[in-house]
Amino acid sequence: MQTSFINIENIRNDFPILKRKVHKVKPLVYLDNAATTQKPIQVIEAISNYYLNYNSNIHRAVHELAEEATLAYEMTRDKIAKFINVKKREEIVFVRGTTEAINLVAYAWGRQNIQKDDIIVTTEYEHHSNIVPWQLLAKEKGAKLEYIGVDDNGELILDHLDTYLKTGKVKIVTFSQMSNVLGTITDSEEIIKRSKAHGARVLVDGAQSVPHLKVDLEKLGCDFFAFSAHKMLGPTGVGVLWAKKELLQEMVPFNGGGDMIREVHKYETTWNDLPYKFEAGTPNIADVIGFGAALDYLDKIGMDKVREHEMELTKYALDKLEQMKGIVLYGPKDVTKRGGVISFNLGDIHPHDLATIIDEDGIAIRSGHHCAQVLMERLDVSATSRASFYIYNTKEEVDVFIKSLNRAKELFKL
Amino acid sequence: MSSADIYREIILDYYRNPRNYGKIQNPDIAQRDSNPLCGDELEMHLNIKDDKVADVKFTGKGCAISQASASMLTELILGKDFDYVKKLNKEDILDNLGLHDLGPARIKCALLSLKVLKSGLYSYLVDKLHDTASADKIKEESSGLY
Ligand SMILES: Cc1ncc(COP(=O)(O)O)c(C=O)c1O
Repeated sequence: MQTSFINIENIRNDFPILKRKVHKVKPLVYLDNAATTQKPIQVIEAISNYYLNYNSNIHRAVHELAEEATLAYEMTRDKIAKFINVKKREEIVFVRGTTEAINLVAYAWGRQNIQKDDIIVTTEYEHHSNIVPWQLLAKEKGAKLEYIGVDDNGELILDHLDTYLKTGKVKIVTFSQMSNVLGTITDSEEIIKRSKAHGARVLVDGAQSVPHLKVDLEKLGCDFFAFSAHKMLGPTGVGVLWAKKELLQEMVPFNGGGDMIREVHKYETTWNDLPYKFEAGTPNIADVIGFGAALDYLDKIGMDKVREHEMELTKYALDKLEQMKGIVLYGPKDVTKRGGVISFNLGDIHPHDLATIIDEDGIAIRSGHHCAQVLMERLDVSATSRASFYIYNTKEEVDVFIKSLNRAKELFKL
Repeated sequence: MSSADIYREIILDYYRNPRNYGKIQNPDIAQRDSNPLCGDELEMHLNIKDDKVADVKFTGKGCAISQASASMLTELILGKDFDYVKKLNKEDILDNLGLHDLGPARIKCALLSLKVLKSGLYSYLVDKLHDTASADKIKEESSGLY
């Protein structure tokens, strides 16, 4: 079946892995997209085409292969700029992923700009990658880390932000544009507006938002933005840090080595232009090129369509789940306020037991703390189960999922 | 192993009504560990008298396999002597649970309790009995459990 928004059959045909069976005979129902998505054949071919036909190191050599590789690599940068609406391509830095992007900012910007008694503000629904780097920095500098709380509806309590901002000590506010556990879409523009009014910098973790929503950085107005290719049809090992040019210029390099230099002398080095100042060493050329194909793919469908499809699927799933006896659903009920990520607990079935049981029916979901233990503490649970959707998921798959949950209930005599 | 075979009546019963659940005041051995992959937590308390397990209790959070395994292990060792506890191995635990072909991710859940018990015993042997020879053996064994 297809939702009214995209042609699912055509899309599914582009994903070879969706044809495989698990446990010998069960069709794969892949609902672990918040962890990583599957890759269409176009992405896989872009990567193998590079290795088969023009594998070479980029930027320095003058031979034809190197020119082709450099061009393909740099074209991805332009595609990203267009995809997230950024005017200056030199503001886009390739990194390994969201985690590395945030660490880069905490290290290269944070160590220069955070002093003793300054405040760093994050939120209770962050991924560990947006907590731990700031804890390290706060410890090193004697700064304070404060949290915007989460209300019972799974939304941020912005009053907390105001309280911190009033101290006049907040240097940076950092938050996820969409929670990877609750699916909550953050009121990012409001947080940015309030933070800017008090002169704080803002980092937005776009790991869950860029793959599922139309993101416009020009409009958003943050200072730093991070996301990962592998959560949006692209390969692992590629991510993006976007930052305002003047900030990147002020920042010290993160890694030293080849490519990031202009001139190296025995005791002094001058830095290369942006963004290369932050791209030391041979980058992940093949996967950056593969990411370019992923962006083309999403562009062709259109992010509005992606969002509409996921909203319809999420509503369909939530309507069925809500009727299930003994289920606890986390996050906003209103699908316009959330993405296609559904966290839940079913009776006293521990999420790991649940994931084991439904895996037998070919269903891949995630169970555990989802790298968000601060949020688990807030929800007062040790773990949740999480199903998350993407463009290739169907209502039939949701039905298989629901049926399998019922089987788990029977096994646990609920 | 199918989940119908894993989540048998007896496993669910030990999960929902764990025997020897709780804490001991001033225990001779107190040992805690967690599985970083899934966050399962387990703490075991033991009292030792005449080289025997005079009392044992556990507390924890986690899946049915990890909690049932811990509860069954406490029953297995209560009243037994050190030699018995020292010799307990992976197969004994899986036999006791009736779980044999668990996948690599879930076998950790089943063995967390034995790991906690062995590390607790190790500390006791070193700190209280200064028996480093058998302690080293246990340490080696428990690190090989996962
Ligand atoms: C909200 C959020 N931030 C950060 C990350 C980390 O991304 P990566 O592992 O690609 O660095 C994730 C992915 O798990 C995420 O969901």
